Amino acid sequence: MATLHTRTNARVMMSPAVLMLLVWMVIPLGMTLYFSFLRYNLLMPGMEEFTGFGNYEFFLTDPAFLDALFNTLLLVGGVLLVTVVGGTFLALLIDQPFWGQGIVRLLVIAPFFVMPTVSALVWKNMFMHPVNGLFAWIAHGFGLEPVDWLAVLPLFSITMIVAWGWLPFATLIILTALQSLDQEQKEAAEMDGAGSVSIFLYITLPHLARALTVVILIETIFLLSVFAEILVTTNGGPGTASTNISYLIYAQALLQFDVGGASAGGVVAIILANIVAIFLIRMIGKNLET
Amino acid sequence: MGAITLERVTKAFGDVTVIPGVDLEIADGEFAVFVGPSGCGKSTLLRLIAGLEDVTSGTLYIDGVDATALSPAKRALAMVFQSYALYPHMSVYNNIAFPLKMAGQDREAIKRKVEAAAGILNLTDYLDRRPGQLSGGQRQRVAIGRAIVREPKAFLFDEPLSNLDAALRVNMRLEISELHQSLKTTMIYVTHDQVEAMTMADKIVVLNGGRIEQVGSPLELYRNPANVFVAGFIGSPKMNLLEGAAAERYDAKIIGVRPEHIELSTESGEWSGVVGVAEHLGSDTFLHVQVDGIGSVTARASGEFSVSHGDRVWLTPPPDRIHRFVASGEAITP
Repeated sequence: MATLHTRTNARVMMSPAVLMLLVWMVIPLGMTLYFSFLRYNLLMPGMEEFTGFGNYEFFLTDPAFLDALFNTLLLVGGVLLVTVVGGTFLALLIDQPFWGQGIVRLLVIAPFFVMPTVSALVWKNMFMHPVNGLFAWIAHGFGLEPVDWLAVLPLFSITMIVAWGWLPFATLIILTALQSLDQEQKEAAEMDGAGSVSIFLYITLPHLARALTVVILIETIFLLSVFAEILVTTNGGPGTASTNISYLIYAQALLQFDVGGASAGGVVAIILANIVAIFLIRMIGKNLET
Repeated sequence: MGAITLERVTKAFGDVTVIPGVDLEIADGEFAVFVGPSGCGKSTLLRLIAGLEDVTSGTLYIDGVDATALSPAKRALAMVFQSYALYPHMSVYNNIAFPLKMAGQDREAIKRKVEAAAGILNLTDYLDRRPGQLSGGQRQRVAIGRAIVREPKAFLFDEPLSNLDAALRVNMRLEISELHQSLKTTMIYVTHDQVEAMTMADKIVVLNGGRIEQVGSPLELYRNPANVFVAGFIGSPKMNLLEGAAAERYDAKIIGVRPEHIELSTESGEWSGVVGVAEHLGSDTFLHVQVDGIGSVTARASGEFSVSHGDRVWLTPPPDRIHRFVASGEAITP
């Protein structure tokens, strides 16, 4: 199969895709790096000048930066927790045979097809609204004071909204992994005297390890850059209570027109994402080895 | 210790009755083999005994105690699955230790028992490996090891050798027989291979369509098959079953005669026919003979009986070796 001839062919045929990826990645990255060393504000066009690490200093010493960093980690961690635990639970549930299984599975998967802006608006106006929202109505039903979710618990609310959107993804992947579990293994464990909790802990969970790893890695990539949900609900507020790194960069670039500072923020975000990736791969990457 | 009794046990999946009613007694220490063609309900029967399927009606006794509603774990039976069902993420040691761990035994006792079992099964060098790194025969041994550490009342084997190659199968057959000799525990073994049944069993249970056709020792079934089904199923190559004029001469609708009992001659005999195919195995020669007026008959000759395609031979069935059956299939007892 891997003769010299086929290998050369393979390289030739792959090269357009590789080149394209390279260009698409290297040019924006180079531009970002270049801008991050410039004093470049859209309100003062034509006044760009080299500032060294000034932009970085400005971005990293911004009191909003630490808040945003913690918010990013809390948001990623919170959504991962909800989707992995909830997804496993849901997958176990809908893996059981019951009437109307097809419809229920379809409904469970549906939120994944709702775009983030829409789902965030639905949550904001139909569930979490302190006057018109469903939660407020339920609170009234119990005679309680309705909670203004997005004002009082902004980060928690956004975590819920994002988790709602990602739960189907986790459920779907875990469900397919569950279905590939050999039934005879479960029966063997049953014969060996394992109860349902032991079967879950010793047989099912180890079998799911690879699927859970995939869920965590993929979700982390996307969750580090959550933006739409924040923009349409809280605009990062109140204060910086729900600002994450990507929203902070947006604010820097398009609300304060500071392209240089935003570019420095972008580079910082790239470095942070890589740190997170290294930690993740160290922790759970061994599950992906065969 | 491990006597198992089934009383009018039935099993239905929805509207489909798989086992219409089975009465069976397996004595303590016996090696019982369930044998039958695929889809005859033998695996279902085993799973009913194991508790992996619920009995639809009837009663199951283990050691004289009603176990019909007991969970699989409480029945104290151990099962070896066709796929072995080893836990892929656990080492061989942990696989074998799993039932002991579930029983809440302490670390020292578990270690002692696992090592003892590994010693018996020649697995001592492989205890750190994962099942994926073992050969088929070794996996089979791990599955057996996992079964024996529990010291169960009975072992249940569900076609355990069907995934092994022919040479290994013969080996494992011996090993399982030897294991039974040394443990003296009840074993129930399911197979579709009548050779396994004949070589290993104390008691063979022949199943067909969920019904027990006959129960008996291997030689009993060989000598006195109760009906045409058992006659055709036990013995290799298959018994010749003949109808029509040949059978009427013996006052029966169907007669059966085993290939190894037919006397062959190149000069004279009762039936004469032309050799279609001659299979020379060295020790034996199987002749497929087209007998005039009767049809195809298989006969065994000694290895040196040199005939080939197209030769004329004469066959004589010894009268005391002829099995006679009525039209519905039951044997006519002399």
